[in-house]
Amino acid sequence: MPGLIGKKIGMTSIFNEDGKNIPCTIIQAGPCVVTQLKTEEADGYTAVQLSFDEQKEKRMTKAMLGHFSKAKTTPKKKLVEFEMPESEINLGDTIAVDILEEGSFVTVVGTSKGKGFQGVVKRHGFAGVNDATHGQHNRQRHPGSIGAASYPARVFKGMRMGGQMGNARVKIENLQVLKVMPEKNIVLVKGAVPGANNSYVIIEK
Amino acid sequence: MNLVDSISKEVSTMNQFPEFSSGDTITVYYAIKEGDKQRTQHFKGVVLQRKGSGTTETFTIRKMSGGIGVERIFPVNSPVLEKIEVNKRGKVRRSRIFYLRELTGKKARIKEIRK
Repeated sequence: MPGLIGKKIGMTSIFNEDGKNIPCTIIQAGPCVVTQLKTEEADGYTAVQLSFDEQKEKRMTKAMLGHFSKAKTTPKKKLVEFEMPESEINLGDTIAVDILEEGSFVTVVGTSKGKGFQGVVKRHGFAGVNDATHGQHNRQRHPGSIGAASYPARVFKGMRMGGQMGNARVKIENLQVLKVMPEKNIVLVKGAVPGANNSYVIIEK
Repeated sequence: MNLVDSISKEVSTMNQFPEFSSGDTITVYYAIKEGDKQRTQHFKGVVLQRKGSGTTETFTIRKMSGGIGVERIFPVNSPVLEKIEVNKRGKVRRSRIFYLRELTGKKARIKEIRK
């Protein structure tokens, strides 16, 4: 089984057998319907496309409606492709949270919260100048030197500077599945998951 | 009730303790694990605050131990907690009485509510 598409609901904490307080994230995952199978002959690679979250029919284009009717399912908001070497899955199949085992480890992918244009202190953890005196007056959060002068006479690629922070795809590996509630389509994973509440996340097995 | 609260309730057990609030003097009995043995310890002090709500609520209690202030934070629904005794109901005007940290001796007294 490839994985699941879900929605981050929020965070809470539960107690384990030792009485330790474990922080965990609640994810509402699936049921996901298989809407397309990519094959070696037709697409050059094999994968399954899963869909999640109901959408009103009137908000869909005719092309998308045709895509969903091929799989004999209702329109969905989110479509994600999962790599799958050999598949025993058929078009229109439903994948639910019961594919996850309690205690196993999963990878969760999400879009991190956007922080806007941030300077080097917040974005890369630079120390700044940390001195308001000794000749400093307007550079407390500046990066300092970004390279030498006439040689190499340019700034190296990849030099860490200010810029957009967050709102990027972030993958967190080895999150333990603490609880699976199949009747509610809920998974509890240990620790934090990237993104805001109600944002889409991908759970990879 | 939102989804986070309802699921938190489902996956955790709520402890049944007598009601207490900031200013009260309480004794908390909690289990301590030493290797494979278990014993009960208690901590008696003044409740400084109750924080949070639902299954993840916590409370802070403070006592003076040999002239040094000691504070402990317990989750209300921790399975480690065995019993809570309310020793004294204190009369305080606010729900978080951090001003108590700066006070010692006679000034650190809290008036008791008597019925």
